[in-house]
Amino acid sequence: MTNSIAEMEEADAFIVIGSNTSETHPVISTFVKRAVARRGADLVVIDPRRIPLVEHAAVWLRQRPGTDLAVINGLMHVILRENLAYEAFIQERCENFEALRAILASYTPEKVEAISCVAAEDLVKAALLYGKAGSAMILYTMGITQHTNGTDNVKALANLAMLTGQVGRRAAGVNPLRGQNNVQGGCDMGALPNVLPGYQVVIDAAVREKFEALWKMPLSPQVGLTLTEMLPGAMEGKIKGLFILGENPAVSDADSAHVKKALESLDFLVVQDIFLTETARLADVVLPAACFAEKDGTFTNTERRVQRVRKAVDPPGKARADWEILTDLAGRMGLGWQYDGPEAIFREIAACTPSYAGITYDRLQKESLQWPCTHAEHPGTPFLHKERFARGRGLFFPVEHEEPYELPEGDYPLILTTGRILYQYHTRTMTGRCSGLNDLASQARVELNPADAQALSIANRELARLTTRRGSIVVQVKVTDRVGPGVVFMPFHFAEAAANVLTVTALDPIAKIPEFKVCAVRVEKTA
Amino acid sequence: MSKFSMNGREISFEAGRTILQVATEHSVEIPTLCHLQDADHAQVCRICVVEVAGSDRLLPACATPANEGMEIHTDTLRVREARKTVLEMLVASGQHTCFAWNRPRETWSEAHRRSAQRPWHDRNCPADGECRLQELIVEYGVDTEHLVPQDMDFPLDDDTPLMVRDFSRCILCGRCVAACNVVQVNEAIPQPFGRREDKPLPRGWFPLADYERCVHCGECVQACPVGALFEKKAFGLIGPGEGDRIRTTCPYCGVGCQMWLHVKDGRVLKVTGVEGAVPNEGRLCVKGRFGYDFIHAPDRLTVPLVRENGVLREAGWEEALELVAERFLRLREAHGGDCLGGLSSARVTNEENYLMQKLVRAGFGTNNIDHCARL
Repeated sequence: MTNSIAEMEEADAFIVIGSNTSETHPVISTFVKRAVARRGADLVVIDPRRIPLVEHAAVWLRQRPGTDLAVINGLMHVILRENLAYEAFIQERCENFEALRAILASYTPEKVEAISCVAAEDLVKAALLYGKAGSAMILYTMGITQHTNGTDNVKALANLAMLTGQVGRRAAGVNPLRGQNNVQGGCDMGALPNVLPGYQVVIDAAVREKFEALWKMPLSPQVGLTLTEMLPGAMEGKIKGLFILGENPAVSDADSAHVKKALESLDFLVVQDIFLTETARLADVVLPAACFAEKDGTFTNTERRVQRVRKAVDPPGKARADWEILTDLAGRMGLGWQYDGPEAIFREIAACTPSYAGITYDRLQKESLQWPCTHAEHPGTPFLHKERFARGRGLFFPVEHEEPYELPEGDYPLILTTGRILYQYHTRTMTGRCSGLNDLASQARVELNPADAQALSIANRELARLTTRRGSIVVQVKVTDRVGPGVVFMPFHFAEAAANVLTVTALDPIAKIPEFKVCAVRVEKTA
Repeated sequence: MSKFSMNGREISFEAGRTILQVATEHSVEIPTLCHLQDADHAQVCRICVVEVAGSDRLLPACATPANEGMEIHTDTLRVREARKTVLEMLVASGQHTCFAWNRPRETWSEAHRRSAQRPWHDRNCPADGECRLQELIVEYGVDTEHLVPQDMDFPLDDDTPLMVRDFSRCILCGRCVAACNVVQVNEAIPQPFGRREDKPLPRGWFPLADYERCVHCGECVQACPVGALFEKKAFGLIGPGEGDRIRTTCPYCGVGCQMWLHVKDGRVLKVTGVEGAVPNEGRLCVKGRFGYDFIHAPDRLTVPLVRENGVLREAGWEEALELVAERFLRLREAHGGDCLGGLSSARVTNEENYLMQKLVRAGFGTNNIDHCARL
């Protein structure tokens, strides 16, 4: 997030796009709802589903899945037409505006309606609310990114915020809500194929030299493979050994039948986890790890806030904290690491990660700090890009609408979109073992619009077969107008009715993220 | 800045604040029951009344604006008597049996025995020891010796899996209503009356939850100052003052809510939000508050496993880690580092992510390191 959660109660307007906030980030949704209820903030929800937040919205745009970019460009078209662009900000802080203006000219509300099914007048209403707001925040999640054009979608949102000067100040910005407790920290720590800790790029020789000196080992100058590339690599025999730490790609990844085959084709697979997950069952060695309540450390939240994790209970049996296992293994591989605990590791992180340089366990005992926090007296950074953008001037990236990889047609006439539900989490390795949560949501249900249900003669709670070009599953139907006609929605949590048997592996070319939000599907009543 | 006197002491304050707010800022304690700052909820219970010179009536500190030149007394005999009267009414209005539970059973009245027959009343109240009403009753010396539980047909709602709403102990303070409607804005506890100032809570009305709308966040339970709302899973397992409370960060989504883990005998038995702390200001969601059972699940992995003849068998750490190190080193030697890869985790700590990418880069000799940020 460029900005902070606390600022949400101060915002005058919001665009929430591709984020079912009240189910996936319920506590953040309370800040948004409070801004609406207590301060009269204007909420624009852009989502193919009637998510719970729609109830609080001034305007809801129900776009056809996969047409977000057309809608965002349409919003900017109207903002320009109505002279709501922040000219001074664009002049002083941004560049390449003319190229953006050129591309936006054709995105009239009428054209956008033809592409996205969003009524032209609603688009104008939404553009005016955002464009006229004193301070306005954009919140988004996987509904924006899990598309073959996910990177372009994010660029379009950045264009929208820069166009209106809604960046670099309080209660504004472009705010991706991260879905997992420490996905931000995982990225910050360089668990990515192209960057070392603190987003220092591996192809930069000076960066590598710094880490080679610190780690006393030579480092590869080649950008590595992403998860979505490593698995095909395993099928081709290029990847022979894989170490998976606390992840369950056999359920969470697109086209899971394929993923299992890829994992089975490895020479050697190690899985370190707290449960014998679907992925761990395929491993050659399984290492038992401690869970969050059994160890010390830090997580970094979606607003870049570094917070302590504290040990409350002992791990079960012989399970050990992940850091202990990794340190032990590194020793056996000849690396000779010396860490007496997480604090010692954190000191090394602060020493090589400029944005974490000012953070210590001592400071975290009294406060939590948002990076960048570059020295011992630095108070942390609630919002980014204050006086200048990280790169200098904010660059407008003109981007055009493109259709999703797979469109409904012929034998697969409906659109399948996947997501999450309130009571379950990811592949249910945790929530699936919690009484109460499972009583409230014990099985997968596919959402089907009443019109489609009638056409297919399927009643609420009946079973239906969902088939795509990848696979087929049987799942209980929930007839509801939360989804529009022609669209079905399924949560991906449940291994026994795994949505990812159905999804496409088509990737965004830059982020390598799969298009979980759109694929073509056939729904049939089961006998 | 304005000034007034409180208990003879001169205090400066900024305009637009209530007497209660100014008092709290200056560590003058005025008791409250219904007040919920985060929701501007006040003026129901009248336990916070104070004496203000020039006013015949006692005034509620929570709703009376602090004005220049006021002369306020927060702890006079008159104030204490008024508060005691309120407490006597409240404690007589329901089944507040904790004082009897702390006495031998032989001393119990028939009404107490009948009360103990009610569902969830077979042991002492789950709020015993951290109940705001109980604290004030002791502090103000309310007679509990002759206290008889109110014998009426109170509604009980224990049909849902996570929370119990036992209205025999409800004091109608309205905090749960405010917590649901104003703090979390879930609007699942209907508020059938108009503005609080115009209409006091009607007798016989109870804040029932509408489970069609409820999202089971448990904010109402956390807001309840007595034992009317409580968690089903933790009931009877951990009493107030028992065990330890450890502050940590929620393991679910990326919000990073600050939470207390309530631990007894090496087990996490309950989770509550850390009030007054960023980023969540005490709020939690259903997963954060109730999703802790997995920690002690019987099928947790407890020993390393090694595949032998196609099946996973138990192994020691020495054997497992030697095998892992040897196999990875051998593959690296035979095919180069780029034949290896690591997937780190968005679930483990920064320290562990750092070590994992360091292991892959420095130990495997490749940048094939990723995690599931894309999922």
